[in-house]
Amino acid sequence: MNMDERRIGVYVCHCGTNISATVDIDAVTSYARSLDSVVVARDYRFMCSDPGQDLIKQDIKELGLNRVVVASCSPQMHEPTFRRVCEDAGLNRYLFQMANIREHCSWVTEDGKEATDKAKALINAAVRRVFYQEALEITEIPVNPNTLVVGGGIAGIQAALEIANSGNKVYLVEREPSIGGHMIQLDKTFPTLDCSACILTPKMSDVGSHPDIELMTYSEVEEVSGYVGNFKVRVRKKARYVDEEKCTSCGVCQEKCPWKAPSEFDAGIGERKAIYIPFPQAVPNIPVIDTETCVYFKTGKCRACEKFCEAEAIDFEQKDQYMELEVGNIIVATGYDVFDPSPITQYGYGRYDNVLTGIEFERMCNATGPTGGNIVLKDGSAPESIAIIHCVGSRDKHYHAYCSRVCCMYALKFAHLITEKTDAEVYQMYIDMRCFGKAYEEFYERITEEGVKFIRGKVSEVTDQAISEEEKGKLILVVEDTLLGSMVRVPADMVILSTAIEARSDAEQVVRLFSLSRSADGFFLERHPKLDPVATMTDGIQVVGCCQGPKDIPDTVAQASAGAARVLAMISKGKVELEGITAVVDEEQCSGCKTCIPLCPFNAISFDEEKKVSGINEALCKGCGTCVAACPSAAITQRHFTTEQIMAELEGVLV
Amino acid sequence: MATLAPFKEAVDAVEEAGGEAFKLCYQCGLCTGICPWNTVRSFLVRRMMHEAQLGLIDFEGEDVWLCATCRACVERCPREVPIIDIMRALRRTVVGLGVGPIPDSLRLTMKNISALGNPLGEEREKRADWAQGLDVKSFTKDTELLYFPCCIPAYDPRGKKIARAMAGILKAAGVDFGILGAEENCCGESVRKSGDETLFEGLAQSNISIFDEKGVKKIVTSSPHCYNTFKNEYPELGANFEVIHYTQYLAELIRDGRLKFTKEINKRVTYHDPCYLGRHNGIYDEPREILESIPGLELVEMPNSRENSLCCGGGGGRIWMETKKGERFSDIRIEQAIGLGAEFLVTACPYCIINFEDSVLTADKSEIIQAKDISELVEQAI
Ligand SMILES: Cc1cc2nc3c(=O)[nH]c(=O)nc-3n(C[C@H](O)[C@H](O)[C@H](O)COP(=O)(O)OP(=O)(O)OC[C@H]3O[C@@H](n4cnc5c(N)ncnc54)[C@H](O)[C@@H]3O)c2cc1C
Ligand code: SF4
Ligand code: SF4
Ligand code: SF4
Ligand code: SF4
Repeated sequence: MNMDERRIGVYVCHCGTNISATVDIDAVTSYARSLDSVVVARDYRFMCSDPGQDLIKQDIKELGLNRVVVASCSPQMHEPTFRRVCEDAGLNRYLFQMANIREHCSWVTEDGKEATDKAKALINAAVRRVFYQEALEITEIPVNPNTLVVGGGIAGIQAALEIANSGNKVYLVEREPSIGGHMIQLDKTFPTLDCSACILTPKMSDVGSHPDIELMTYSEVEEVSGYVGNFKVRVRKKARYVDEEKCTSCGVCQEKCPWKAPSEFDAGIGERKAIYIPFPQAVPNIPVIDTETCVYFKTGKCRACEKFCEAEAIDFEQKDQYMELEVGNIIVATGYDVFDPSPITQYGYGRYDNVLTGIEFERMCNATGPTGGNIVLKDGSAPESIAIIHCVGSRDKHYHAYCSRVCCMYALKFAHLITEKTDAEVYQMYIDMRCFGKAYEEFYERITEEGVKFIRGKVSEVTDQAISEEEKGKLILVVEDTLLGSMVRVPADMVILSTAIEARSDAEQVVRLFSLSRSADGFFLERHPKLDPVATMTDGIQVVGCCQGPKDIPDTVAQASAGAARVLAMISKGKVELEGITAVVDEEQCSGCKTCIPLCPFNAISFDEEKKVSGINEALCKGCGTCVAACPSAAITQRHFTTEQIMAELEGVLV
Repeated sequence: MATLAPFKEAVDAVEEAGGEAFKLCYQCGLCTGICPWNTVRSFLVRRMMHEAQLGLIDFEGEDVWLCATCRACVERCPREVPIIDIMRALRRTVVGLGVGPIPDSLRLTMKNISALGNPLGEEREKRADWAQGLDVKSFTKDTELLYFPCCIPAYDPRGKKIARAMAGILKAAGVDFGILGAEENCCGESVRKSGDETLFEGLAQSNISIFDEKGVKKIVTSSPHCYNTFKNEYPELGANFEVIHYTQYLAELIRDGRLKFTKEINKRVTYHDPCYLGRHNGIYDEPREILESIPGLELVEMPNSRENSLCCGGGGGRIWMETKKGERFSDIRIEQAIGLGAEFLVTACPYCIINFEDSVLTADKSEIIQAKDISELVEQAI
């Protein structure tokens, strides 16, 4: 057989009746049979079924087909299926082409003739195109079995443990002095009301002592290069000014330090020292010096901590350290920020003493918090009534249009904690109650039974302007009770704002660092919202937990485990395939203008200073085509999208 | 229990009149809580949205006519429902289909505007009478600026003081300006908000053609209502000229040194943001800039200022409708100003002036406080 002779097979699918009800399958198939170089054309009810696939395989083998066209549905779903069919029969996957006669024909018109005509045109285009398609090489590269996890909240902790427990190495990089994230700040967790620290600290200490986890706290990723299977990462370990090897975690330094600042861990409602261990169960249990607060860094005097540290662990000379890591996979688990409600001036946050955010209230409720777990007003007295406003910053186009998914539930949790600890009346001002998770509706019922009062309406204002005796000295919430259909004024001593969960303020930097993208809500974009919720458009990088979107702890943990499963699958396979669709520079044509270099979103192009031409690293190139279009000398060709192939396809639809 | 039987034609008419966005409403009730009506009586804005969704609007009731189009609710609605557009569409449906009554005083006003080009029932020929003795010229092709006084400053005895003050200031600053007098019509802002789209379009077309004919390129208005209509609504009907509110213009003259103050006004004053200047058009700073540059004057802020300003009650055609005693927002505003020890309640809108003046008189407080337009203070101080 002449190797250059084209022997094309065309397979027309009925898709049950999805296609055949509108497109005249017989007409289309015999048309396909009449086209140049087409050796065989067949139709079948379901091409993607096993018998359908076998038809193709058999023809490739028996009729010596060297090109295949399937006319069926969108390539989104089944292009991989048919490419595999070709490969199984010994044909390179790039010698296959698909014509979409469902979404583009039968589903867009009821006119049978039009649909049939268009199906013919698309098949003609595919046949002409496939004629010029070439076999491309699929390269395989080994996967580095080490993994980088960025962010040590519950998401990062879970992912790191899952992977490390399989005996593979994990680097866990956390920006703060301790791991734990937001979950360690919570008092109890809905719907089970377990103590958050009690369920999280065992996992935290597992991370701290795991032989296969290298924990880098107070550290940040500065640079990422490379590609799936072979990333190079540069991490900056910020100076703690405490020698981790020598420190015995005795805590004397923070006892003796005379300087205070608001505690980040206590969400600003408590204080910590200039040298501090953020909270008693911190992992690692090693203090850091906050140079903004430490007086020695400002005036050169003090060093009280140093005097009292028996282990001689304080080191004012410590410098930031840089580390180069090599990893095969990366899991991004950078979590969320809590919405700052001060822009909603009508709620008086920052203006009235007893208006708190959810996270502040968590700290107040907690036994290790600044009030020792007592729910008290700023002046120390006990509140007689507390109102919780839902959806603060959520479901509001002025701030975040999305639902933050946890605020209704944590508001219910607060109601329970208040009823348990105080005699205060509790009001919930909600728009819709969203208690969708396992055992959540039951939790809602339980809280309702406890006598909490629900007012359906969005509070328009919190004011201290009393208009009656009962309102004197109180905060008054002005709201339409939409179920009563009347305005009500609710006096309360304390107001808790169920503040939204939002994307981290530095999300954009993280996006650039890891070549991610963000969805309209600001969170990191997953590859597919339903079928691929942890992968990203960059191979080898997964997003898990609240950095991908607001979620509760159960969903965060599930997603983190899914991310770990992805990584483990990659490690156990041990190699990755690189797509053959890449761009190539014709060195004869390249004028060395370097136009293409900054345009490549994957940094795949570099300049060969000797030859004075650009060159493309095929392992990095994603075949996006940006450089191909931009090159003023037309020196770049994109494999599988050559001018010849595209022109042939265009001619095919037009004739 | 009633059967849900939507008044389909009415729903369609409301949608057609530009009010289809009520579908976005998720019934949170924030608008009700924000609406100033609920400080004086019940007005369930949220429920009206729901009624519109279900096709159960009570076209015969009073609620359709209450909204003062102050924009406080629109500013904060979490779903960004254009509530004012829906209120306007409901009224349009009443006016167009006759499915409910139109308040008598409003009906009369519309008749006046339609016949005489002004709401007060005054003769067209007398539109320039306010300028008597001031030597204000008629606008011609070579004039730089058209001053458009608004019907109230043109005819109302109290209002005239505003127009006269403006003319005085412009002359003092050496501005080349003119007026159109009998040739101009009411801008139609309140007409449109009252639901009479046909009349509005007629007024707008006739104003636009006279402006074109006379070669008008730049207009200064006294009223934020005229400003809003000229700027945001006339362009759709083919208008092409620059519009500027007088507070913006005066602030500019002061900045450029063309307007200088020679006298002190040693008074404590507070500024009321008119809805159509502030929330509708985002102009909050220029009025304050002018007041702060007047020597001797002390400016204090009321609790609801800028974006949170309390409506005087005069927008959306309410100025032509009867508002019961005890239900007037302007009464509350006067109290707030008095509470601050202000001697002048200053604003920059003829409707607000009329309402405040009325509240001061009925409360018998003219010894303590007076309503003033910024232009009046400026004229006094130059
Ligand atoms: C008030 C409140 C109460 C809640 N109560 C409950 C509850 O009762 N039950 C429940 O199921 N859920 C609750 N939630 C939700 C819960 O907090 C989250 O589901 C969970 O914390 C998400 O974990 P995460 O690891 O994705 O994010 P985070 O907890 O935010 O962790 C992210 C970690 O990444 C680190 N990091 C961020 N950026 C970087 C970077 N660039 N480099 C390195 N490290 C970085 C952060 O320091 C942090 O440690 C509540 C939320 C709030 C706001
Ligand atoms: S979870 Fe509840 S409180 Fe939070 S945004 Fe959604 S509905 Fe509002
Ligand atoms: S095709 Fe895209 S990814 Fe490949 S080198 Fe060109 S610009 Fe970069
Ligand atoms: S504020 Fe907006 S969403 Fe809420 S009830 Fe009013 S119109 Fe509807
Ligand atoms: S525009 Fe003003 S008066 Fe009208 S409904 Fe909204 S808040 Fe009330």
